[in-house]
Amino acid sequence: MRNYIIKRILLSILILFCVTFIIYAVLRCLPASYVETMAMQLSAAPGAKPYDEWIAQLNASYGLDKGIIAGWLTWLQDFATGHFGDSWKFTVPVIEKFNDVIWLSFVMGAIALVLELLIAIPLGIIAATKQYSRADYAITAGALIGISLPPFFFATLLKLVFAVKLQWFDVSGLVGRNFAQLDSLGQFMDKANHLFLPIVTLVITSIGALMRYTRTNMLEVLNADYIRTARAKGLSESKVIYKHAFRNTLIPLVTIIGGSLPGLFTGALITETLFSIPGMGWTSYQAMVIGDIPFSMFYMTFIAVLTLLSNLLTDIVYAVVDPRVRIA
Amino acid sequence: MSDTKNPYTQDNGSAEELSLSDDRRVKTLSPGMLVVKRFFRNRLAVVGLVMLAAMFLFSFVGGMISPYGQDEQFYTYTYLEKEYVGVTQNEDFRYVSAEGQEFGSAAQAQFLMAQMTGKTEFEYKDVAYEVEQAGTDFYVVSSAGAPLAIAYKDIVNASDGIDDLAFEVKLEALRLYTNGEAGAFSAGGQDYEVDEGGNIIQGEEVLGYISRFVVQSKVNGVSISRDFKERLEEELANDVSEFTYTGADGEEHNYTVTYDASAKIWSVMQETETYVYNQYSNPSSEHPLGTDTNGMDMLTRLMYGGRVSLIIGFIVVIIETVLGVIMGGLSGYFGGWVDNLIMRIVDVFYCIPSMPLIIILGAAMDGMRVDPQVRMLYLMLILGVLGWPAIARLVRGQILSLREQEFMTATEACGIRISRRIFKHLIPNVIPQLIVTCTMSLGSVMLTEATLSFLGLGVKFPFASWGNIINDVNNSYVLTTYWFIWIPAGICLLIAVLGFNFVGDGLRDAFDPRMKR
Repeated sequence: MRNYIIKRILLSILILFCVTFIIYAVLRCLPASYVETMAMQLSAAPGAKPYDEWIAQLNASYGLDKGIIAGWLTWLQDFATGHFGDSWKFTVPVIEKFNDVIWLSFVMGAIALVLELLIAIPLGIIAATKQYSRADYAITAGALIGISLPPFFFATLLKLVFAVKLQWFDVSGLVGRNFAQLDSLGQFMDKANHLFLPIVTLVITSIGALMRYTRTNMLEVLNADYIRTARAKGLSESKVIYKHAFRNTLIPLVTIIGGSLPGLFTGALITETLFSIPGMGWTSYQAMVIGDIPFSMFYMTFIAVLTLLSNLLTDIVYAVVDPRVRIA
Repeated sequence: MSDTKNPYTQDNGSAEELSLSDDRRVKTLSPGMLVVKRFFRNRLAVVGLVMLAAMFLFSFVGGMISPYGQDEQFYTYTYLEKEYVGVTQNEDFRYVSAEGQEFGSAAQAQFLMAQMTGKTEFEYKDVAYEVEQAGTDFYVVSSAGAPLAIAYKDIVNASDGIDDLAFEVKLEALRLYTNGEAGAFSAGGQDYEVDEGGNIIQGEEVLGYISRFVVQSKVNGVSISRDFKERLEEELANDVSEFTYTGADGEEHNYTVTYDASAKIWSVMQETETYVYNQYSNPSSEHPLGTDTNGMDMLTRLMYGGRVSLIIGFIVVIIETVLGVIMGGLSGYFGGWVDNLIMRIVDVFYCIPSMPLIIILGAAMDGMRVDPQVRMLYLMLILGVLGWPAIARLVRGQILSLREQEFMTATEACGIRISRRIFKHLIPNVIPQLIVTCTMSLGSVMLTEATLSFLGLGVKFPFASWGNIINDVNNSYVLTTYWFIWIPAGICLLIAVLGFNFVGDGLRDAFDPRMKR
């Protein structure tokens, strides 16, 4: 087990090197328009150095004057020693900006994930146990509709109906206009009110996959020999399903839950952007669109690290919860 | 199959019963037919198939029968109100001096003092002036009995094309007009006439007119005709706020008059017909879904947009599949270090955050001003290259189990070459799973493309795609007012993606009967 984990970690680090190199190379090959714009602005100031000197200085300070490999090694060194650089767009250290916005995304994502699990698992089980019934058809169709709904379209539709026509919620933003005058409970309620539509969007558009996964797994489990044995020895149907089948269904769910962990931290790009929620997703979108290399670099590395970690964690947890799985 | 009424009779129609052991009683279906049969038994899958067929017809046939082009713009006439003239009523004295005489501003000030205090004479620079009130707001200033200057509020305008009128003519005309009289007068040895409307006439010719209104043109290069001014004065006197006037060129315009009491200015707005893009027009028989922000027919854009979205979906999936099958096939068949290497590449690709990367590349292409058509190609390549690892994994997994089977040993024993063994004997066995995965990923690729286009980073104008049509809702006015701009595009997208998912789901169940349904 220990050897396996060590091997996986080493492999993950190797993969991470490759991924960061690819990202770095791609970012470096882009036209460095932001640096040029900034040099232009700086050189336009009265008594400033000429443009050429500014651009050289900026390129040097961001390590853009070296070759790609040398630049990547410099970046790697900085990254490893905890120097993540300053965001060009937000003009604060990247890590500070991250700290500002990440928790909002996390809270939003966590609420959405819990709701998804609470809704999708029971529905998936119902669909599987009543296979071919009307409920099964409805749930399967519903799940597929959820998968097929374009998040941006669904979010806009929600905005039109609930924010514009019914005026139950604000169209966008995290806080209302009179946020500053509210007491702490009122502020909490205000934020909750603003997060309602984004969370609904997140839940509806990602619930389908989980529902189908649960249903498929449950069907597989229900066909297993030990379920037939349980039935044969005369257990009640509810006991068979909720005691014998359900627990075994939970095991494969570890994979899908583990896979959605990085999403909690990386934010929901489309939903946050559409609702102007200042979380990780929207912030990173703003940074990426203007070509903020330090921020984008850190953001993508962050996602890559989280993905690798969650894969590793999922495999380990899987082995722990399912004694049939042996890892060498 | 041959006889649906009674499958147990012979084909030649004789009613003779077949014996139970007769082969003809057994219906045989090829595996392919079984799959088809199972597929069509699935109601959701059939619904999906119908949805897809509808969307394909809509996009590919619809574009052909639509009377409009993809980027054909429509125009319309709208009425725009532009400020045409400003009218003020003259409240100040104006002065004209006789030929060769001076009546400067200092003298004018002295006159004003005298006029206000009601004096009939004043002195300025040792010259004595006499002031005679010759009519309403009309004074004649004379020195030593001879008229030197006149002060008046009713302005004497020369007609178009006539030089300024002589001092004497003005004097005599005003003398009559300001007393409310009309009639003939003579000045400078010639006979003139002034009528009730203030026109100064010599013989048949109208030389000028008297009016207290000052009309200023607010439009560059347009001089206001006398006829219009007269009409305008008439309307102003009647306190009319709207009137219609037909100009000399025969064009009829509507005018609206507003009066600004504090500035004492009437401003007259002219309604002009302007030829503009038919933006956001409501659904009509001509444009069943209205027109978009560029004045293009929405329904036609939707059809062409569907083409683009579907074609992009297909090309991306083809790229993914080709790459995935080759890499997965090699990896699965050879195993060992090849497998290890390819699988590590797959791991790396899995780990690359694809959405952020695509967004950055899209923004970069924006910055480089890539041609929209080239951009579409890049988009397909990027999506395809980022999407192959999933298919490679699937193919590899299947091949790993297939290559241990006897038929593979047989191919090896027959000495079939390796590429043939992989692509002729192994890959066909993966086709069912491949078809299912491809169908499902068609839906998700279309969603990704739509999302990017929605963000303005995918398919760009002048090309339409369902995503960039919805992009218009970024303008909140469109979101709330013009539902016909974005809701149909969203529904089309939903139907197409849902169709692919339903069909993919149905195919999976049909191919793999163990998987129920």
